[in-house]
Amino acid sequence: MLKRVHFKPSILPYLLVTPQIIITVVFFFWPASQALYQSLLVEDAFGLSSKFVWLENFEELFADELYFDAFSRTAFFSFMVAASSMSIALVLAGTADRVVKATLAYRTMLIWPYAVAPVIAGALWLFMFDPTLGIIVYVLDAFGYEWNHKLNGGEAMFLVIVAAAWKQVSYNFLFFLAAMQSIPKSLIEAAAIDGAGPGRRFWTIIFPLITPTTFFLLVVNIVYAFFETFGIVHAVTQGGPAKATEILVYKVFNDGFIGLDLGGSAAQSVILMIIVIIITVIQFRYIEKKVEYQ
Amino acid sequence: MIENRPIVTLFSHVVLILGVLLVAFPIWITFVAASHDAIRITQVPLPLLPGDQFFINLKTTLMKGGNGAAGRPIGLMLMNSLVMAMMISVGKIAVSLLSAFAIVYFRFPFRMGFFWMIFITLMLPVEVRILPTYEVVAQLGMLDTYWGLSIPLIASATATFMFRQTFLTIPDELLEAARIDGAGPMRFFFDILVPMSRTNIAALFVILFIYGWNQYLWPLLITTDQSMYTVVMGIKEMLEDAEQTPAWHIIMMTSLLAMLPPVLVVIFMQNLFVKGLTETEK
Repeated sequence: MLKRVHFKPSILPYLLVTPQIIITVVFFFWPASQALYQSLLVEDAFGLSSKFVWLENFEELFADELYFDAFSRTAFFSFMVAASSMSIALVLAGTADRVVKATLAYRTMLIWPYAVAPVIAGALWLFMFDPTLGIIVYVLDAFGYEWNHKLNGGEAMFLVIVAAAWKQVSYNFLFFLAAMQSIPKSLIEAAAIDGAGPGRRFWTIIFPLITPTTFFLLVVNIVYAFFETFGIVHAVTQGGPAKATEILVYKVFNDGFIGLDLGGSAAQSVILMIIVIIITVIQFRYIEKKVEYQ
Repeated sequence: MIENRPIVTLFSHVVLILGVLLVAFPIWITFVAASHDAIRITQVPLPLLPGDQFFINLKTTLMKGGNGAAGRPIGLMLMNSLVMAMMISVGKIAVSLLSAFAIVYFRFPFRMGFFWMIFITLMLPVEVRILPTYEVVAQLGMLDTYWGLSIPLIASATATFMFRQTFLTIPDELLEAARIDGAGPMRFFFDILVPMSRTNIAALFVILFIYGWNQYLWPLLITTDQSMYTVVMGIKEMLEDAEQTPAWHIIMMTSLLAMLPPVLVVIFMQNLFVKGLTETEK
């Protein structure tokens, strides 16, 4: 934590941490405490006066079926994004690990979607699934399927999941590949000598050994799906049709900036903060320790 | 290669090529759409091969932008994105280097207090405190400025942690030698610590540049002046206009331009990118 050898006490270290601490207090702590405070207030419709109402905003939120729906929708969305992008990435990393000479070439061709902004990923998939022009819709049409995510909530959900997962495959691929490459080759060779085929080796040696990475990625993917996919939803569906793709982060934005329900939006922010804190604690306390290398 | 199984190897290549195609297909469609004119792009089925309008569309997009109300030159937005991404990445690196230096190399009251204050910011992503942060920025008069776009995103626990890890691996003997030679703390910082951390700084820069360039929610909230729009949020506005007057060739050209800088950074600085990604996340 601290160097054994260090500099004499002076005012200098305080000056050094000042920029970061000022930014942290002004743009993190102060707004977060404001969110906490506002979540206990109710403002009248014109924003002229506000009344302290204790936990009423939270009670309203928990009694609100719409909020509960948004919650389970977000859980479904996160699960689907994490599951699909991680399983595709696992297959690709497993095969890329096999083709020794070409691994780097494939890595280059697979990792760059990480750099594409979520909203642009949304725009690309929106274009391909455009109900009148989209190239994929044209193919679906040939099979007799009529696609219109502007009317069909399930299709809209599918579209945002695809766009979100597409972008995340590269990240998961990179971490899975790094984990697989750090497995000692002697283990794999020993199994091969004992007669285990590629499939058997993958499930009995490689997959158990990369469990820590899998759990780590699971947490990262859930955080990604919870918070960073705002751009995709905002650009592709605006939470619609009929709230079918309204995830929690989108609802905070929508209720606060568009609906101007400050107390309700602040209460939702506080709940999101609690979720982030829980995820962060899990990430730091359990993931690296609990998953043992076998 | 553990054993020679041509069929499994062939199968692996097939799977990987399918993966590459799956990942690249949307980009190909984007490129194709960006190279056709306004009329061809409204006719079903859309083309699968590029047309000859690429440079004409490029010029229109940079100088004039999309149809209707959203018709703004994309060149300016690209400039804004670049300024914002550079300010965020340079600012984050500078601020984190300094505070990591203080925390690792000095013993002073509240040292751990400061460390925890920085740590807790991990738990407060901008998405969960958008409204109150917006109010703070508004009160400080930073709406529609580069400062407002970048400074609230500059504090970063991950970068501070990474530099702390790096500093802890630097041998103590270097500090002892520097002190014997009469170097003060700042001299030691600039002449020894910063040069020794330059690979980490470069790796972090790659990650932060992508992070900064791709910011969406924050610029969306605090910019109302159209001359401050960034290209990533410019796309959204064009998509809204696309409901009435589709100009998909321009939208796709804009998407292409908006993803090009960070994608090039990833491809050409791949090793730094991988290093930055694995070291900041763990």
